Amino acid sequence: MRYSAGSLLRNALSGQMHWRKVWREPEPKSAYDVIIVGGGGHGLATAHYLARNHGITNVAVLEKGYLGNGNIGRNTTIVRSNYLCPDNIAFYDHSLKLWEGLSQDLNYNVMLSQRGVLNVFHTPAQRDAMIRRGNAMALQGVDAVLLNRAEVGKLVPIIDISPDARFPVLGGLLQPRGGSVRHDAVAWGYARSGDAQGIDIIQNCEVTGFAIENGKVRGVQSNKGPITAKKVAICVAGRSSLVAAMAGLRLPIESHVLQSYVTEPVKPILDTVVSFGAAHFAIVQSDKGGLVFNGDLDGYNSYAQRGNMEVLTSAAACAASFMPCFSRLRMLRHWGGINDMTMDGSPIITKTPVKGLYFNGGWCYGGFKATPTSGWTYAHLIANDEPHELAANYSLSRFETGALINESGSGPVPGKH
Amino acid sequence: MRIDCPWCGSRPLHEYAYSGDATTKRPDAERDADLSVWMDHVYLRDNPAGLHKEYWHHVSGCRSLLVVTRDTTTHLIESVSLAVQPSKGGKK
Ligand SMILES: Cc1cc2nc3c(=O)[nH]c(=O)nc-3n(C[C@H](O)[C@H](O)[C@H](O)COP(=O)(O)OP(=O)(O)OC[C@H]3O[C@@H](n4cnc5c(N)ncnc54)[C@H](O)[C@@H]3O)c2cc1C
Ligand SMILES: [Zn+2]
Repeated sequence: MRYSAGSLLRNALSGQMHWRKVWREPEPKSAYDVIIVGGGGHGLATAHYLARNHGITNVAVLEKGYLGNGNIGRNTTIVRSNYLCPDNIAFYDHSLKLWEGLSQDLNYNVMLSQRGVLNVFHTPAQRDAMIRRGNAMALQGVDAVLLNRAEVGKLVPIIDISPDARFPVLGGLLQPRGGSVRHDAVAWGYARSGDAQGIDIIQNCEVTGFAIENGKVRGVQSNKGPITAKKVAICVAGRSSLVAAMAGLRLPIESHVLQSYVTEPVKPILDTVVSFGAAHFAIVQSDKGGLVFNGDLDGYNSYAQRGNMEVLTSAAACAASFMPCFSRLRMLRHWGGINDMTMDGSPIITKTPVKGLYFNGGWCYGGFKATPTSGWTYAHLIANDEPHELAANYSLSRFETGALINESGSGPVPGKH
Repeated sequence: MRIDCPWCGSRPLHEYAYSGDATTKRPDAERDADLSVWMDHVYLRDNPAGLHKEYWHHVSGCRSLLVVTRDTTTHLIESVSLAVQPSKGGKK
């Protein structure tokens, strides 16, 4: 047993300085079967499933910073599968099912809390759209419940459902199996499991170029020297365009910052994940008691992991209008993460024109919930050189053929998910 | 972030609307039948970390369309110009 009441006590008395390391810190070998570029949630999940599902363990995950520095440690922790497009429903519900068993699979508590995800709507047109979405979900066996105004008020009493609210509430679509997951634990759990299966996780190792010969990948250059590999898998979220450009690829992606905010901690007051329908705003209470919420993208290309005041102000205004009891809470922190926004709002898991080089990205600001199935299907693609059926339509070629997966049914704007 | 509009001077961000990469060029519908040219224009972006040439519309001001060169890692603005030069007016 690694952890016990006895070990807790012993380590408390010795200043928490003597815990055994949870994963090794190896130097890179000169060659691997597979190199994964990027040790975020998706890269680490891919490594775990390469070992678990395909028996491929001669693998390195190269991470330019420390594990969890990217979006995996910056997101709002919401997981759900309430999508409209059939491909997305199937993919994200597979992911929700993996979340349901993940703590057991990893033997690491990722603190899944299926407290329900409620999308509130305010107009008859929004209600029609939500009913359509709920029906699309139900057709694939996914849970969706339509609530009227009184039921919304009963489930989440702090929502202002009065008729003179700034945007009166009409009802909501509830996905009871949705909820939240402790984001850092996901990175740590996958890393620990991958490491235990023999995968090298190498931090502070930035990939600076690819070795490509006759259209085939041979390895990477890095700040720790060249490393050869039979296959290389890109998985770098907000830096997708920059890393792909080193292999000569141009992507249908722009990088944009999304902010999250957290208030001072308060006693339990919100036990559902809720999104507002009149503007972009979602809120969840963390286990520590802070109210964690997010709003819109800042709205212009950005690689600066910090956000602006205008968007912060508008998200705070949403909170105060939707749940007036929060208007006097103090904000503790706000931060930003760089999201790889695709032109149709859906992700890309694909082979590339370079043989042996794979690309996973374009997660927009909804990729946390996708982490398990992203890793599952990417590992399948890398192992078999053939896409997994759940991700077959997330190809790069869809932008050429016109087979877009466009949840919002609008034009090519890199601002949706 | 503030943008220095050539007509209105330095104005706050919320007066402007962003319209994306200003380097892509709409193909000529008559001549550029090749789909890859359109694919390039509609979907593909350089998405640089560093200087980026982009359109901003001064919607709540003079309503001019501006071309701004901004560093996407710092948000420092290097230059601002009008996307379309005004005609001189009067006789030609
Ligand atoms: C504020 C915010 C809130 C969000 N809220 C939600 C939410 O509630 N629900 C949800 O589903 N999604 C949410 N998301 C989206 C989600 O966090 C991302 O889509 C997802 O985490 C991206 O995948 P990742 O974990 O692999 O990314 P990351 O953790 O960013 O991993 C990419 C890694 O690649 C590394 N890297 C980059 N370049 C190189 C290189 N050259 N060499 C080596 N390594 C490199 C980076 O250092 C980084 O660690 C949110 C995102 C943000 C920013
Ligand atoms: Zn102006």
